[in-house]
Amino acid sequence: MTDNRELYQQVILEHNRKPRNFGKIETYTHRAHGDNPLCGDAYDVYLSINTDGLIEEINFDGHGCAISKASASMMTASLKGKTVEEAEGLFEEFHQLIMKKMDPNKDTHKLGKLTVFSGIWQYPARVKCATLSWHTMKGALNHTSEITTEV
Amino acid sequence: MLTMETNISKIRQDFPALKRLVRGRDLVYLDNAATTLKPQSVIDAITHYYTDLSSNVHRGVHFLSEESTARFEEAREKVSQFISARQSAEIVFTRGTTDAINLVSQSYGKTFIKSGDEILITEMEHHSNIVSWQILCKEKGCVLKVAPITDEGELVMDEFEKLIGPKTKMIALVYVSNVLGTINPVKDIIRLAHERNIPVLIDGAQAVGQFPVDVVDLDCDFFAFSAHKMFGPTGVGVLYAKAEYLNLMPPIQGGGDMILSVSFDKTTYNTIPYKFEAGTPNIAGVIGLGAAVEYINQLGFESIVQHEKDISAYLTQSLGEVEGLKIIGRAKNKVPIASFVLDHVHPHDIGTIIDEEGVAVRTGHHCAQPLMSRYGLPATARASFSLYNTKEEVDILIKAIEKVKAVFK
Ligand SMILES: Cc1ncc(COP(=O)(O)O)c(C=O)c1O
Repeated sequence: MTDNRELYQQVILEHNRKPRNFGKIETYTHRAHGDNPLCGDAYDVYLSINTDGLIEEINFDGHGCAISKASASMMTASLKGKTVEEAEGLFEEFHQLIMKKMDPNKDTHKLGKLTVFSGIWQYPARVKCATLSWHTMKGALNHTSEITTEV
Repeated sequence: MLTMETNISKIRQDFPALKRLVRGRDLVYLDNAATTLKPQSVIDAITHYYTDLSSNVHRGVHFLSEESTARFEEAREKVSQFISARQSAEIVFTRGTTDAINLVSQSYGKTFIKSGDEILITEMEHHSNIVSWQILCKEKGCVLKVAPITDEGELVMDEFEKLIGPKTKMIALVYVSNVLGTINPVKDIIRLAHERNIPVLIDGAQAVGQFPVDVVDLDCDFFAFSAHKMFGPTGVGVLYAKAEYLNLMPPIQGGGDMILSVSFDKTTYNTIPYKFEAGTPNIAGVIGLGAAVEYINQLGFESIVQHEKDISAYLTQSLGEVEGLKIIGRAKNKVPIASFVLDHVHPHDIGTIIDEEGVAVRTGHHCAQPLMSRYGLPATARASFSLYNTKEEVDILIKAIEKVKAVFK
C-alpha cells in the first residue's frame, strides 16, 4: 500500500505554501506557457539568460495543485545561477527520476532536493503535475511558447 | 415493499465492482456522474450475447442472427417504453450522448440552421453540448448564445427567455448538470420554445436512471443519453427524436443497414431509425442497455428517487459542516452530485489523498470548462452518488476530507 506521506512530504507542502520565485518578472529573455488540459493546471515560466548562457533570473506564475506548484518552485530554486547546459542536464535527470529510470541513492546525479519527487511514479495520474513546469522551462529555452502535457 | 435502506445491502450485492478492495480498503465509489458501476445482470446479458448468440443483426436468415436481431430490437422496445416514447422507431442507437448530440447538429443542424441563425445553450453545458454546436456555427455561420446561471447554479429564467429571439433555431440544454447537480426546469423551457416554434434538444446524460423521464410529457424534440451512466455498458447511447424530425433529417453516415437499396445511380435510405444506424452496431452494448433498463425497472423509481433525496440531503448537510469547504452548486432542485472546493487545497490534491482512503471522486473541470470559468475556478472535486451508495459512505468521504485538511494544515 502506498502512503500519501511519501507524496506530500514536508518539503513539497512547504514549497506549495510559500513558492519561491513566484510571479511574473518584467524583463526576461525567454518565456513559455504550459498547460495541463486534463486538469487545468497552467504556468508561465520566465527566464533571464545573459550572454554567457547563465540563468540570472527564473520565475514562474500561474496556478495548479500542490505537486505542480512545489515542483515549479523547486525547479526555479535549483536552476537559478546555472547555465543553460546545466539546466538541460537537470531536466534529463529529473525526467529519469520521475520515470523511475534512475535510483537517486545509487546513480550519480545533481538533483539535490529534487529527489523528493522520486516516489511519484507510484501515482501515474500525478506524474504530469510534477513535470509540467520542467517541460515549460525546456520549451522556453527552445523558443516554443506554448507547451501542453497532451500531445 | 422494502424500503431502499433495508434493500441497499442487497442492491450492493448486485454490483461485483463493489466487492473490490482499493489499496486494501473497501471501495467507496463516488464517481457515478462519470460512469456508474454495472450490475451482474447487465454483465450477464453482454456475456450471453458473446457466448450464445455472437451473430450480426438485421442480416442473416440463420437462427442465431434472428435471435440476435430479436434481442437487439427488444432492447430498443425496452428503451422506448422506459422513456415513454410514442414508438420504438424514435429510438436511434448511438455511441453515447456525445454522438447523439453530434448527430442532431450534423444532420438537423446542417440542414435547417442557416447563417445568422442562433442556437441557445446554457452556461452549465458539458463540452459535448457546446463544441458540437460550435462546429456547426463555424461551418454554417450561425451564432451560439449562452444563457446565464446564478451563483447557486440555477438558470436565470427571465434572462433565458430574453435570449430566445426570432433568429433562435435551436435550444439545447442539459437536464441535470454533471457538475452542479442542478435539475433544470426543462419542461417550462420546452413550452416557451414551442410557443415560438423552436425545437429543443435535451442532454439527458445525468437524468436517465435518476428519476422517471417521459419524453412525451416533456414534449422535447430531441433527447440524448448514454447507457454507461445508467448502469449499462460504455460506447452505447440513445438519440430519441420525434419521428417527424427523424423523417426530415438526412443520414450523416452511409453504409450497411441504413439503406433499402443501393445502385451506383441511386440509393434509397432505410426507414427510421435504421437510416441513422449505419454499419454493424454495438449489439452487445445495446443488449446490455436493455438489461440496465430492466434492472432499473425492477428496483422501481419510487425507491430510487427517495434514496437519492435522502442521500442528497445528508450529503449537503455533512459537507456544509466541514470548515473551509465550499459546495459549488446549491440549486433547490438537485441530484446527489456535489462539487466542492477546499480553502488552500487544489482539487487534485484532494482527489489523490482521499483515494488513499479508498474514496473515488472526480477532480478537474468535468468537461465543463466554461462553467468552471463562470465560477472562477480551475477545477473542483466532485462526489456523485448512486442508488448503491450509503450514508456511511458520506461519513467516510467527510473523514477523508478531514485527512486532506490535516495534510495541508
Ligand atoms: C451532462 C453530460 N452530457 C454529456 C456527457 C457525455 O456523455 P458521453 O461521454 O457518454 O457521450 C456527459 C458525460 O460526462 C454528461 O455528464
